[in-house]
Amino acid sequence: MTKVFEIRWHGRGGQGAKTAALLFGNAVMSTGKYLQAFPEYGPERMGAPVQAFNRLSDSQISLHCGIKEPDIVIILDPTLLESQPVTKGLKAEGTIIVNTLLEPKELREKLNLATQKIFTVDASGISRDLLGRELPNTPMLGALTKVSDIIGLEDLVKYAKKKLEKKFRGKGSGIVEGNLEAIKKAYNNVRGG
Amino acid sequence: MPIRALTGNEAMAEAMRQINPDVVAAYPITPATEIVQLFASFVADGCVDTEFVTVESEHSAIAACIGASGAGARVMTSTSSQGLALMHELLYVAAGLRAPIVICEVNRTLSSPINIHCDHSDTMGSREAGWIQIFAEDAQEAYDLTLQAIKISEEVLLPIMISTDAFIISHCMQRVDMLEDSEVQKFIGPYKAAYSLFDKTITIGPLDLQDYYFEHKRQEIEAMWKTAPVIEKVAQEFASKFGRSYGLFEAYKTEDAEQVIVACGSTCGTTRVVIDNLREKGIKIGLLKLYAMRPFPHQKLKEVLSKAKLITVLDRSVSMSTMGGPVYIELRSALYDAPKHPLLVDYIYGLGGRDIDMDQITDIALKGEQIIKDNKVEKPVQYVGLRE
Repeated sequence: MTKVFEIRWHGRGGQGAKTAALLFGNAVMSTGKYLQAFPEYGPERMGAPVQAFNRLSDSQISLHCGIKEPDIVIILDPTLLESQPVTKGLKAEGTIIVNTLLEPKELREKLNLATQKIFTVDASGISRDLLGRELPNTPMLGALTKVSDIIGLEDLVKYAKKKLEKKFRGKGSGIVEGNLEAIKKAYNNVRGG
Repeated sequence: MPIRALTGNEAMAEAMRQINPDVVAAYPITPATEIVQLFASFVADGCVDTEFVTVESEHSAIAACIGASGAGARVMTSTSSQGLALMHELLYVAAGLRAPIVICEVNRTLSSPINIHCDHSDTMGSREAGWIQIFAEDAQEAYDLTLQAIKISEEVLLPIMISTDAFIISHCMQRVDMLEDSEVQKFIGPYKAAYSLFDKTITIGPLDLQDYYFEHKRQEIEAMWKTAPVIEKVAQEFASKFGRSYGLFEAYKTEDAEQVIVACGSTCGTTRVVIDNLREKGIKIGLLKLYAMRPFPHQKLKEVLSKAKLITVLDRSVSMSTMGGPVYIELRSALYDAPKHPLLVDYIYGLGGRDIDMDQITDIALKGEQIIKDNKVEKPVQYVGLRE
């Protein structure tokens, strides 16, 4: 990762796009790298389409403009495929990761993408199974880790464990373990190319 | 040294925690709210010894700060935009009373039309109030400069504001290398007010009419003159202890540059990348990042910039003089009596938070190369990324 690597997260207010961007950035920083993590600066409403962003690099990042041509786009909510320009600006050699039941091949036709890599994972299903709720953001961290070369699974899980234990202190270890399992399951189940 | 991932607001709040001021009086406003909110939680959690004064407005916040400063306290606050505007009359009072108050400011535009995003209208709007004004590029700088602000302000007895760009920096999380609490305390040292209501019987803020007002104002100007070397001295001490360099400005690849882009705040970071790209193509271009807007380092800038053929200014606010933005106007004035005149051009950009990207800055730089070739500025003031 010699250059600055740019990620755009698409979700709906309440799905944790911003939280995922912050957590991923922090996890990458814990391996000695540099990060930026920022939300789209607009009204925050539950259910409304939102975006969050990451810049990641081995060295200090001095770009402070918006991200227009991301290397990776991550879609937390499949309904956004219909309503939002989710592939806008995605680099020709870029990657898109979608929380969906569709196969990568079906998605390629639907999104009309020729050169980009396309990956899918049922993050919603994984979170319902392991967390009992629709929380696609943590599984998508696992998918992102598998698909990109930014951080190893062990480093991600180590950081996520630390962070989630702090966040859910006193609420039992089940929720932390569930989240970590969700990350690993999505890591192992993401498919495409 | 602790390494943390912090937003600009969190970095400023952490600096305030480590400074542990005697008094903070503040009123929250977007996008500086988190600074006040986090600091309030530090007070509630007993992390600081600060007397936190909750007030009903920014006018009252700065009024309480002035009172506390008069009582000999080390005082800080935070605000943005309309909040700074509401403080306006008392900004002059703080400066005239020589109260070393520190404001953590977030640069946000002013109404109307109402808008919560970044430009430098609020900070530039108070540039004649007698406050030292320093622009930070990112969260790391916001943290480092807030620590330095305490020392600068207390030495020259003038209030100071350190600012970050709204949302672009205030809400962007990045890696920040912090100092240990003890290192901060050692660096800033204990505060002993030059004059305090509690030391002896003094009067603060009496009527000062035709026979002395002028002398007192003259002293305030003298103090601002003497601030420039103090900013440099404190920066050198900071650099020697902690390794990160600051000062009145940063001159990046300006030594042999034919064109120098001058800007302040977050856009300097994006511009630096553009400069690196253009240098690879053999274009002799540099960046001058202005930290200090007040005092304006006119003498030193003349030395650094008069060698160039073209100075391209990026202004994130306007002056209603209709002669361009404040940085351009100051710089043009500073260079007027330089032995060799560079050409000057001003680009107003990013008002109300409109993004400026690398392509736009590259375009500006290449237009500058053409201006150098033609040796002529057709339109001295232009607008970037604007529908006209």
